[in-house]
Amino acid sequence: MRILIFVLLSFLTSTFALAGVKIEHWTAPSGAKVYFIETRVLPILDVQIDFAGGGAFVPAAKAGLAGLTRNLLEAGAADLDEEKISGRLVDLGARLGGGADSDRASVSLRTLSTQAEREAALDLMRTVLSAPTFPQAVLEREKGRSIAAIREAETRPDAIAGKRFAAAIYPDHPYGVSPTVDSVSAITRDDLVAFHRQHYGARGAVVSIIGDVSRAEAEAIAQRLTEALPPGGGDLVPPPVKKPQRQTIKIPHPAAQSHVHVGLPAIRRSDPDYFPLLVGNYTLGGGGFVSRLMREVREKRGYAYSVYSYFSPRKLEGPFEIGLQTKRDQVDAALKVVDEVLTAYMAKGPTSQELAAAKKNMVDGQALRMDSNAKLLGYLSAIGFYGLPLTYLDDFPARVKAVTIEQVKAAFARHVKPENLVTVVVAAD
Amino acid sequence: MKPLLAPLVLLAFAVAPAPTLANPFETRLANGLRVIVKEDPRAPTAVHMVWYRAGSMDEKDGTSGVAHALEHLMFKGTRNLKSGEFNKRVAEAGGRDNAFTSRDYTAYFQIVPKGALPEMMKLEADRMANLTLDAKEFAAEIKVVMEERRLRTDDNPQALVYETLNSTMFQAHPYRRPIIGWMDDLEHMTWQDARAWYRAWYAPNNAYVVVAGDVDHREVFRLAQKYYGPHKAKPLPERKPQNEPQQAGIRRVSVKAPAKLPYIAMSWKTPRLRDVQKDRDPYALEVLAAVLDGHDASRFAKNLVRGSKIAQSAGAGYDGTLRGEASFTLDGQPAEGKTVAELEAALRAEIKRIQDEGVSAEELARVKTQSIAAQIYKRDSLMAQAMEIGSLEAAGVSWRDIDVLLEKLKSVSSDEVQAVAKKYFSDDTLSIAVLDPQPLENAKQKKPSGAVRH
Repeated sequence: MRILIFVLLSFLTSTFALAGVKIEHWTAPSGAKVYFIETRVLPILDVQIDFAGGGAFVPAAKAGLAGLTRNLLEAGAADLDEEKISGRLVDLGARLGGGADSDRASVSLRTLSTQAEREAALDLMRTVLSAPTFPQAVLEREKGRSIAAIREAETRPDAIAGKRFAAAIYPDHPYGVSPTVDSVSAITRDDLVAFHRQHYGARGAVVSIIGDVSRAEAEAIAQRLTEALPPGGGDLVPPPVKKPQRQTIKIPHPAAQSHVHVGLPAIRRSDPDYFPLLVGNYTLGGGGFVSRLMREVREKRGYAYSVYSYFSPRKLEGPFEIGLQTKRDQVDAALKVVDEVLTAYMAKGPTSQELAAAKKNMVDGQALRMDSNAKLLGYLSAIGFYGLPLTYLDDFPARVKAVTIEQVKAAFARHVKPENLVTVVVAAD
Repeated sequence: MKPLLAPLVLLAFAVAPAPTLANPFETRLANGLRVIVKEDPRAPTAVHMVWYRAGSMDEKDGTSGVAHALEHLMFKGTRNLKSGEFNKRVAEAGGRDNAFTSRDYTAYFQIVPKGALPEMMKLEADRMANLTLDAKEFAAEIKVVMEERRLRTDDNPQALVYETLNSTMFQAHPYRRPIIGWMDDLEHMTWQDARAWYRAWYAPNNAYVVVAGDVDHREVFRLAQKYYGPHKAKPLPERKPQNEPQQAGIRRVSVKAPAKLPYIAMSWKTPRLRDVQKDRDPYALEVLAAVLDGHDASRFAKNLVRGSKIAQSAGAGYDGTLRGEASFTLDGQPAEGKTVAELEAALRAEIKRIQDEGVSAEELARVKTQSIAAQIYKRDSLMAQAMEIGSLEAAGVSWRDIDVLLEKLKSVSSDEVQAVAKKYFSDDTLSIAVLDPQPLENAKQKKPSGAVRH
C-alpha cells in the first residue's frame, strides 16, 4: 500500500455538501433530536443513535466503563441472552455497530428495508438500547478480555505512544485517561446499570436515519427507539481542559522504529477557527502526498512511511497531533524536520498556491465524501451531536473558499502554541 | 483484537448485486488491454483502477519486494510529468488515490468527481509506459519501503508469525516470500531491478482497467482507446508453475517477539477455485469458514470466545480465488490463563465436530442470508464494487460469474461441508506457527538495519 489511510481524520477532513441532499430535522415526542435523509435508491436503512456517554464522563478509577456499557448492551436485553441477540441479527442479515469514544456512545443499525426484516431489526435495536440486562457472568468475561487486551497493548509501541500522548496533553482530564488493569477490575455491574440510566436517556439523544423509508416512517422509528429509554441524558459537558506545559517524554522500548507524537489540546467542534484550521492543516500534513510534512519527511528524506497531522475537534478541546514512525537512530533528525516545517508554517502560513490547491481539493472533492448512505449517516450524527447548523453541508464550499492566509496563521497561532506542545517518543535511544 | 488472518475471507467469493441488463460492460483494445465498466449513477463520482497481473508471486529470489517497491515508484516522474505531480493532479481534481500490491497483482486507483475521469485515465495511461526511474528517486523511496516493513512487519509480532507461517508452509511455491520483501533483499535492491520489473510486466496485455461510477461505458471505452490504445503489447516473461510439492508431515515453527499474549496460526493446504461451474470443494470450504467465523453467531465466537472462554480471539479464513496455492487458516489468541496448546486443541475440536456431525440447516441458512445481505449492502460503495470485479479478474475469474459464485455458495449442502472437513484437515498438510511472547525488558533492541547505502 502506498500510504496508510487514517480513519482518525474523518472528522475534520471529511466533510460534504450536496445541493439536493435534504436533511429533515425534528424533535421526537420522547425528546430525542432526529436528523433524516430519505433516499430510495437502495433497499437499505441505516439508523444511528448517539448519547453523551463517552469516556469523558467516567472517573479515572473506573476508566473503561463507557466502552463496557456500550459493548454489553448486546450481551443480554429483556428476555434475550447474547446468543439469541447475535443469532437474530444474523438471521435478519442486519448489523449492529457503534462504540464509545471520548464524547459519544453510539449504536448503529444497518438493515434491509423490506418491512419484515426492518421491523424485526428495529425491535431488537430498541430492546438492547432500552432494556439491557448486563449479565454478571458476561461482564466478568468481558472484563477479563479487556484486561488481556490492555496488557497486550502495553507491549505495543504504537499503543504505548498513543496512551502516553493522551495522558500528557490532557493532565488531570478524562480525555487523557485510558483504561488500566486496575480501573477495569474495579468496574461493577451496578456501575454499568447506573451509567446506562444516566447517559442513555432520550433527552440529548441524537437519532440519525438515512435510507428507504418515508418521513412518517422515520418519525415512528425515532419515537419507537427512544420512548422506552431511561430518564437520564440532557446537556452533559465534560470538565474543562487545562493546557499542558511544553515537554518531551521518552519511553524505552526494543522496537526497530521510534513512534513519535507531537501535539496539544487544540479546538472544540464549535470553534469559529474550525475552517481556517481545517483548510490550513491540509497543506501542513492533512493532504496526504501533497502536504509539506509528507514532502519533507518522506519524499525528500525517506525518514518515514507514514507522517501526518490532524485536528480532531471534540465537545471540548480535541487534539492536534503530528505523528510519524521512523528507524530509531534517525528519530532526532526526523523531529528536527518536523519542527522546522511546523515553525515555518506557523510563521508564514500556506503560500497562495498551496491555499488555492487545498480549497480546490476540498470543494471539488465534496462529492466523494458523501457518495454513500454510510458516509452520510456519519455526517448526520455529527451535525446532530455537535449541534452544527442544518445548512452546514450547503455552506461548506463557501466557508472553505472564504479562508485567507492570515486567518490560517492567526488560527494556528491561537491554537498551536509552542509553549504547550508535547512530544512523546516511544523506543527512543 | 481481531485475528490477523480474518480479512482474507472477506474478499474471497465476494458477491455483487444482481446486474441490471448488460451492466457491467467489457471491451478489449487491440493491444490486449481489457476495460470493464460498471455504470452506477447514484452519485456524481467515479472510481478508476488499473490492475496489473504481476505481484510478489512473479518475483525471483534475491529481489523479493520489487513488485511493491515499483508500486511506490509509480508515483514518481514520467517523461511527461515531474515527480510528485501525479498526486498533485489527483488532489487538485478533488480526488484521492492510492495503490496496493498483493501476491497476485498490483493495482492503482483514483476516486474522483466524475468530470475528472478523463484526466485520471490520461495520467494512468501515461505511467503505464513512460515512467522515468533513476537512482536518486529510488534511493529515497527504498528507505520509505524499509520503514514500511519495520512498521507493518518487524515491529508487529502477529505479522512476523504470518510471514514465518508462509515461508514454512510453502517451500517451492512463491507465496513463501513476503509481499513487502525480505529486509536484506530491500537493502540490496537497485533502481535497475525496479526498471527491469517495470519493463517486464507493465504492458497493456498484462493489465485491465476497471471503472465504476456515474459514467457512460461507451465514453469510457472511447477514452480508453484514446489514452491506453497507443501503447504496444509486448511479450511477457514466461510464468513457470512452481507448484508446491505434496507436503508429508506436520510443520511447526515459533517466533519470539515482545508481546504478552501468545498467538497461533494453523494452515492446511486446500484447493483453489479453478472451474467456477464444475468445482464444489472451494465453495464448501468457503461455507465452512463462514460457519466457523463468518459472523457474531458463528461457532468460534459462540463456542471459543463466549462459551468455553478459551480464546481471547479466534478466526477462520479461506480464500479460493487466487492465482497460486490456496490454504485454509485458523488463528487466535488464547484467553489469559489458557495456553496455546489448549487453544490449538479447541480449534481442532471444532473441525472434528464438523467432521463427525456436519453443520445444521440453520447454520447453512445463515451463511446464505449473510451472503444475500452483503450483496445488497455492497451497492452502497462504489469502491467495493470495483474491488470485487478487479480482485476476481486477478484470479482469472470473470466478473460475469459473480452471480454464479453466489448461487454456488448457496447450493452447498451440509454433507459437502462435512466432506471437505474430512478431506482437507489432515496433519500431513498442516503448518503451525506460534508466537512465543517475550517480556519487553528481556527483548533485545533490534539491530538497526538498512541504513547504509553507498
